[in-house]
Amino acid sequence: MTEQEIFDKVKDIVVEQLDVDADKVKMDSDIKDDLEADSLDVFEIMNELEDELDIKLEADEGVKTIKDVVEYVKKEVDAK
Amino acid sequence: METIKVVKTARCVPAKVVTNDDLSKIMDTSDEWISSRTGIKQRHISVGENTSQLCAVVAEQLLKKSGWDVESIDLLLVATMSPDTYTPATAALVQGKIGAHNALAFDISAACSGFIYGLNVAEKFMTSSGSACNRVMLIGGEVLSKVIDWTDRTTAVLFGDGAAGVLLERQEDGGASRFISSSLHTYGELGDKLEAGKTEALVSFPMEGEHKIKAFSMSGRDVYKFATHKVPVSIEEAVKKAGLTLDQIDYFVLHQANSRIVAQIAKRLNQPLAKFPMNIAKYGNTSAASVPLLLDELVSDKTIKRGQTIVLSGFGGGLTVGTQIIKY
Repeated sequence: MTEQEIFDKVKDIVVEQLDVDADKVKMDSDIKDDLEADSLDVFEIMNELEDELDIKLEADEGVKTIKDVVEYVKKEVDAK
Repeated sequence: METIKVVKTARCVPAKVVTNDDLSKIMDTSDEWISSRTGIKQRHISVGENTSQLCAVVAEQLLKKSGWDVESIDLLLVATMSPDTYTPATAALVQGKIGAHNALAFDISAACSGFIYGLNVAEKFMTSSGSACNRVMLIGGEVLSKVIDWTDRTTAVLFGDGAAGVLLERQEDGGASRFISSSLHTYGELGDKLEAGKTEALVSFPMEGEHKIKAFSMSGRDVYKFATHKVPVSIEEAVKKAGLTLDQIDYFVLHQANSRIVAQIAKRLNQPLAKFPMNIAKYGNTSAASVPLLLDELVSDKTIKRGQTIVLSGFGGGLTVGTQIIKY
């Protein structure tokens, strides 16, 4: 998967889970500050990514921005 | 047709109320943090009363409400993960306290699914061929405060104490009230994700030091994921077995672990959240007591009426999940 494909996937899940507009979800968006997610929302986003991409993710991997999530997911997908 | 009816429901919570603000005075937390992530505003904490005592109060209320002779109870089950003792069973203690001399009594250990597992055991006792078991008292009761690590703010804020139960009767007249279908599953490979009261084998003999029992511990995200994935599957399985559709269910009475989990389950089932009543704000997570505690409140305030189709579903330690569909 390319970074763009992973970003699109993350964006879909974030839009669905956090009920935010798609154009608000950018690579540099801060998940907690800009998208107003809390720790349980992050659980749910990680859970969805695990299910859809068949990978294992830790929720507390220090992800702060969407870019962090995309890079972390890409690392796990590439290692599969 | 022979049917099983939920005849009466009752509940009991200890008098002491501990609010989120009370907790913020003894640990680094806040009302905003707890309520936004869990839906919990307060919980009842037992000071001095153990599990069997709360359950005995429920038992006496059930007898009073039904007018049943205590000697007519054939089976007395207590679902709990916080029994008074390893032995005797809490159910035996309750049986002794209320004088239910003709009742066989034992505990069900399936944590937050315990009440649902208990319904299933009761059904099997009552419907096995040649069974003389007609009346069952099933109580879910917990004093979790005695197994909580009060220095762990990630788990201590979640739980509360309480007990609630039902009287079940096998009836020959084929009334509308009945058990319809169930779905129970256990995932023992995930057992270490939620533990309480873990004991340790001796490291040498003769032993040195004292026996140790570990307090509650939980991997929050794993349990969250388990609940939001497996509960909808369990409910859908039971609904399918019953030959029903989700739209035909009047209410989903789910274990009250976290309002966000309940909301996520409703979303996954594509059902309106209004069909998922909650009382977690008042009681926190009371494990095996939570489903009957909510059921009794809904029956008492007439939200749930005779003839309605109700899904009862629990999930938690084991890890376990269980769903029972009843026509109330």
